[in-house]
Amino acid sequence: MNMKLKLNGTETELKDGLTITGLLETLKIDPGRVAVEVNLKIVKKCDYGKHALTDGDAVEIVNFVGGG
Amino acid sequence: MDDKLVIKGIEFKSRLWVGTGKYKDFEETRKAIEASGADVVTVAVRRTNIFDSKSENLLDYIDPKKYKILPNTAGCYTLEEALRYARLARETGISDLIKIEVIGDEKTLFPDSCATLKATEILAKEGFIVLPYINDDPVMALRLVDAGASAVMPLAAPIGSGLGIRNPYNLKIILEQAKVPIIVDAGVGTASDVALAMELGCDAVLLNTAIAGAKDPIAMAEAMKYGVMAGRLAFRAGRIQRKLYATASSPIEGML
Repeated sequence: MNMKLKLNGTETELKDGLTITGLLETLKIDPGRVAVEVNLKIVKKCDYGKHALTDGDAVEIVNFVGGG
Repeated sequence: MDDKLVIKGIEFKSRLWVGTGKYKDFEETRKAIEASGADVVTVAVRRTNIFDSKSENLLDYIDPKKYKILPNTAGCYTLEEALRYARLARETGISDLIKIEVIGDEKTLFPDSCATLKATEILAKEGFIVLPYINDDPVMALRLVDAGASAVMPLAAPIGSGLGIRNPYNLKIILEQAKVPIIVDAGVGTASDVALAMELGCDAVLLNTAIAGAKDPIAMAEAMKYGVMAGRLAFRAGRIQRKLYATASSPIEGML
């Protein structure tokens, strides 16, 4: 079964029950470089492994870019 | 000569702080920052490029072990947005510093003072080291210190304008009254602007466009390094008073 997520503003289909750790692994993103928000709530890094995403979640993954 | 800048127990090696925006590529960013001698770099918080795992990351070039990372809330126009960006920035685990930048007007990019004050108060209570970007407004500077700002960062001129220090007298008043480090942020154009800020007694200067937008950013970065050093030395040396009339440098005595 797949679930639909809004990932950084884009509708994306991913495997049901994926945790944030799983999502970051799938996307090949280093968890040490990002912050993650699910439905406007920040998820603490220590919870990435146990926070399972569900259908309809809006997920934002942010990092640092050049700025002044 | 021990002349270190310390903010909330954090020691800064350089009084020149630089942004990482508007460079041609990460390699140019890295080289310019190295040439500037800065140990603080500002960064913005944005969505990760999730669909291209090979895309490079700024932090591959700017090592957070070597540089202090100062995330900003650039692009935010409301208190809520600024709080959201600040909290996300801290959650990366890379830095507790935050440059509060709540924009009040699109054309001038002048800060929204009310939202900046509120954001400072809330985030300082949450344990952030808050450095707000403000107008060159002495009263606002004091309000921000009361609200928990660890330093205040008055602009020299609008962001990216390169106009230099438009109101040195307001900066002098801020320097005299606000008992926290004062960092001139935004609007400087060249090395003499930076030197002037330091001669006035400012604790540091933060700039981005003046280096990134120069014809040769790496050479300008080096010029800025010396501008800050010269200005700071001159401030500590104590300049002569300005006088309307001349005073001769050579003695009258012994003349024929």
